[in-house]
Amino acid sequence: MATMTSSETEKIEGLRAKTFRLSPTAISYLQATPLTLILGAFLLLPILMITVVSFWDYDFAQMYPDFLTMNYAETLGSWVTWKTYLNTLKFAFLVWAITLFVGFWVAYFLAFHIRTTAMQMVLFLVCTVPFLTSNIIRMISWIPVLGRNGLVNSTLVGAGLVSEPVEWLLYSDFAVVLAMVHLYTLFMVTPIFNTLMRIDKSLVEAARDAGASSWQTLTNVIIPLAKPGMAIGTIFVVTLVMADFSTVQVMSGGQSASVALMMKNQMSLLQYPAAAANAVVLLVLVLLMVAGILRIVDIRKEL
Amino acid sequence: MSKAAEIDIVSVSKIYGTATAVHSISLKIPAGTYCCLLGPSGCGKTSTLRMIAGHESLSSGDIRLGNTVVTDLPPARRGTAMMFQSYALFPHLDLVDNVAFSLKMKGVEKDERRAKAMDMLRLMQLEAYATRRPAQLSGGQQQRVALARALITDPEALLLDEPLSALDPFLKIRMRAELKKLQTSLGITFVHVTHSQEEAMALADLIVVMNDGRIEQAAHPRMVFEKPATAFVARFMGDHNVISGRVTGSDGDELRLSVPAGGEFLATGGDAAGFADTADIAVRTDHVRIGEPSEKGLGFTGSVSNIEYRGPSVKLSVNGAGIEDFTAILSDTAFFANPVKVGEAIPLSWGREDAIVLGRLKH
Repeated sequence: MATMTSSETEKIEGLRAKTFRLSPTAISYLQATPLTLILGAFLLLPILMITVVSFWDYDFAQMYPDFLTMNYAETLGSWVTWKTYLNTLKFAFLVWAITLFVGFWVAYFLAFHIRTTAMQMVLFLVCTVPFLTSNIIRMISWIPVLGRNGLVNSTLVGAGLVSEPVEWLLYSDFAVVLAMVHLYTLFMVTPIFNTLMRIDKSLVEAARDAGASSWQTLTNVIIPLAKPGMAIGTIFVVTLVMADFSTVQVMSGGQSASVALMMKNQMSLLQYPAAAANAVVLLVLVLLMVAGILRIVDIRKEL
Repeated sequence: MSKAAEIDIVSVSKIYGTATAVHSISLKIPAGTYCCLLGPSGCGKTSTLRMIAGHESLSSGDIRLGNTVVTDLPPARRGTAMMFQSYALFPHLDLVDNVAFSLKMKGVEKDERRAKAMDMLRLMQLEAYATRRPAQLSGGQQQRVALARALITDPEALLLDEPLSALDPFLKIRMRAELKKLQTSLGITFVHVTHSQEEAMALADLIVVMNDGRIEQAAHPRMVFEKPATAFVARFMGDHNVISGRVTGSDGDELRLSVPAGGEFLATGGDAAGFADTADIAVRTDHVRIGEPSEKGLGFTGSVSNIEYRGPSVKLSVNGAGIEDFTAILSDTAFFANPVKVGEAIPLSWGREDAIVLGRLKH
């Protein structure tokens, strides 16, 4: 290069100019375009529309473009809304706590107690097998188990443990939480398993070498290192539970409410702007929760 | 700081399923020794170290540390500390907490353990980095943290699993010197696993050469270098030519052997009379000269197949008399005073004391 004369350099420049070339900046933008279009059309635009509609006016038959805060005032001013939100948060908390507990131990067992990778993969796939059927079917299949004359009750009555069937097994908050835990535990298992698999096994040995008991190794090494996976699992489970309406409706037998179920009811009454306002409030709440989780745990290493 | 402990390994075996990693080895490492377990990968050296550390159970045999049989004790109660190959520093803890980890496990108060850890970091000249995480350190610094973490337990023996393998060549040599200095100043027993002859020669008071789960030789580096016990040791240390052949006669400590394609060689030492049929002898590569032998059997004539210039020395590869790739290391002055070319036939010779009889392991 050092010996190249200026005329040679010009010749190369000339050749470059003849072939069609984009500037690096343009190429970068072009590469980012497809995803931008997809996210724009299927995520940002719908959210924007919901936000716009949430300010509209409506009656029993029609919506009127407007700019009213009435929908928000009605939503936030009603004690029913607050109670429903509280109820949804209660479900979210219970399901989160249980899935985190169950999910961590399942992942821990898979990652540290199964020695061969092949067996790990087989057992992990076994965990995913229920997901080959639809949510609704898995949910409904709880009914013959938990029902008044279901498996559990007939066993309990048959064994003489209770004199009459236990009522709170089905169509109760218990049933809702149970079904949600069943539906969502894998969303907790997967990211935690993923983080645990990345923990260098020699760290566990180093802890043992330093005199840590199994429990101390768990609390001082494994759980701190599993936090990013737990955070990702938490985000999955919390957002799923906050947005759930079918599980709540079916498993509570209509006796319990969730925010999404409330929206669904508003939509079936053609109160779209009210439902939209509700959706915006829910979105803001969920985003705040996710932001909170990300503040506590740094998940960047996992991405 | 603490008293060193003798490590006594008594007919220890390690069997994984159907594979035997360690074949009933016995070894005594005197207190305060720098011992290097040396061998190619898969020779059982790491398994042996891990058994001393307690991270691997013994299939049979016993290990004694000082006056205690530690065979069934957990790692932390053996009085050993291990430094892992990848250092195994806790990525979520800063240096102080990493070093103080074992004290925390023992339930030492936070202030006390942090103060002790700071002392240890100061000893390793790392106090400036105390609040950093391991990922923010260089390889050499990480190694010093790992050392500090291992030494804070005040061990009687420090076990190091290929501690220098992750470092670049210059740092390797510097850390090597630091390890030796540390061992001398602490006076505790070090057991260091390595596959580098150079590293073992530079550090050890006791080199244990292992192959295929067995100890080939355990001796002072000078002994291992000058009097390799077996053909494996001679080849692995790399400073000897090994010649194998049929025994044609022995007289006292003298052994005559003939190589299939015609060469006759003489060697001394070992229990020369103990070989009935075949034997191996070793000839120091750097003691080979160009010239006619003074006595029959102390040299041969062959053709030069390769010449490598190495600065202070020149390496010749010679084929002839049924020997392939015989290496002769000549000093540069000796070579250039009388240079030879590839393909040329030259006589090689060596002194009586440079050819020694090698032993064989009785399996």
